Amino acid sequence: MTGPSDKGASLRVVDVAVEFSGLRALDGVSLTLSPGEIVGLIGPNGSGKTTLINAITGQVPLAGGQVVLGDRPLSGLAPRDIALLGLSRSFQIVRLFNNMTVIENVEAGALAHGHGLRKARAKAEALLDEFGLSARADDLGGNLSYGDKRRVEIARALASDPAFLMLDEPAAGMNEAETETLLHKLSALPASRGLGLLIIDHDMGLIMRLCDRLHVLAFGRTIAEGKAADIRKDPAVIQAYLGSEAGIGAAHA
Amino acid sequence: MTFALQFTIDVLSLGGAYALMALGLVIVYGILKLVNFAYGELIMVTGYTLFLMGGSGLPWLVMAAVAVAMAVVTGVLTDYIAFRPVRAKSITAVLITSFAFSTLLQNAALLFISPRPRNVPLPALFSQTVEIAGVITPVRNLVTIAAAVVLLAVFAWAMRRTVLGIAMRAAATNFTMARMLGIPANLIISSAFAISGLLAGVVGILWIGRIGSVVPGIGSEPLLVAFIATVIGGMRSLEGAVLGGFLLALIDTSLNYLLSQELLKFRDAFTFGLVILILLWRPEGLLKGPATGQRT
Repeated sequence: MTGPSDKGASLRVVDVAVEFSGLRALDGVSLTLSPGEIVGLIGPNGSGKTTLINAITGQVPLAGGQVVLGDRPLSGLAPRDIALLGLSRSFQIVRLFNNMTVIENVEAGALAHGHGLRKARAKAEALLDEFGLSARADDLGGNLSYGDKRRVEIARALASDPAFLMLDEPAAGMNEAETETLLHKLSALPASRGLGLLIIDHDMGLIMRLCDRLHVLAFGRTIAEGKAADIRKDPAVIQAYLGSEAGIGAAHA
Repeated sequence: MTFALQFTIDVLSLGGAYALMALGLVIVYGILKLVNFAYGELIMVTGYTLFLMGGSGLPWLVMAAVAVAMAVVTGVLTDYIAFRPVRAKSITAVLITSFAFSTLLQNAALLFISPRPRNVPLPALFSQTVEIAGVITPVRNLVTIAAAVVLLAVFAWAMRRTVLGIAMRAAATNFTMARMLGIPANLIISSAFAISGLLAGVVGILWIGRIGSVVPGIGSEPLLVAFIATVIGGMRSLEGAVLGGFLLALIDTSLNYLLSQELLKFRDAFTFGLVILILLWRPEGLLKGPATGQRT
């Protein structure tokens, strides 16, 4: 179960359904994420975006369909095993190890994947440097600003060298400048690390600039997918967000 | 001056033992948010292992090492027998199974050995005294202080600078997140029980070294002491448990010196009264761990 993921394989979500006590939170959603690409997952609040990531990472059971990595079905595997296959994620509400230092947080991500202490420390140092967090390396996770916590969480997720990274609102709580810096960092990841990136965010400006493709959910169903420029003009998307004819560029839902 | 030294040695030796006991309890609590009520029996197992090896003629240090190893094994068995089968299902079930395991071990000792105290082999060192700057003190007190200092230092280092230590701290802060990163939950929990057994084993030898014999119920006082020390120190932090252990020893030792002969038999009432005052002042214990108290 701890074997390395097939590099180059795609992550496919096929006709996935998720139910919470009878309520269909996801219904027939299909999505493919390939290494090297950035896909944006958008939709109004409650449309099932986070649930989809939870379904992929094994945190909620599937009521139908399957999630496949290369030709390996992930459905039914424990979250830990899915993580070890190279699927890493961040959370909408940051979950740092608050009473551990920043560098230990990132180290834990590398150690969990079987790296030795020395290697884990080197990796953590490099990642903190990359995310501009070196000065905070010895601060406790709980003492950071919200924006810094998010960056530590992303660094921790990257410490395991994931094949796919799923970020749930990575820019939430960041100011304009921090968001801009993050955007540059994230946009470089697929090329520099060969990973596939799935991003949920409500900041349409960020999503439009960052993503190659967008996938739009509403009420648990896919209502549109395709290039960012096309999605922007899609009437179904505009209606899902605003219920009117107004432009989606203004919709910071 | 002599009194100050005497007092310090008393507090440090009792506190060292209390701190190790508390640490052994809180290491499991920190991760599972569950108190292992069979913890005291790890000390009992240590004692009876020593007793059973009494006539073996082995060097004492070998017997002590086997006794500690038995405590480690019993600690891990506690996980497999009392915790793992019901852990994910219900907190109440785990409370009952850990009580049951405790009762089972005590009754096994009653049935197969004896309800009466059994003498354990101890090296001559444990009954000798030594004079330091005019203070006559049992050597075992100094051994206890040394053992506590060494174990606490090794423990503190290991929790910061070993793979297992970092993984255990991550698991203690947010177990769900740690598992999601890929940290193996069962291995971490079994390791916590093993470390708990190691601390209980060492403290068991020191504790029994004071008494000289072992009875089936020997574990109840250490369990109570460990529980109170962790509660006043802060259930959520390892440092809190150590602090709580030393504080409890300070209270106990001070009362030993302050109370008159007639009042001394009510010492525990005074101790617990003070504990209540501390908890009224700091309901979450002296050190608040940043981790949530919920089971994650």
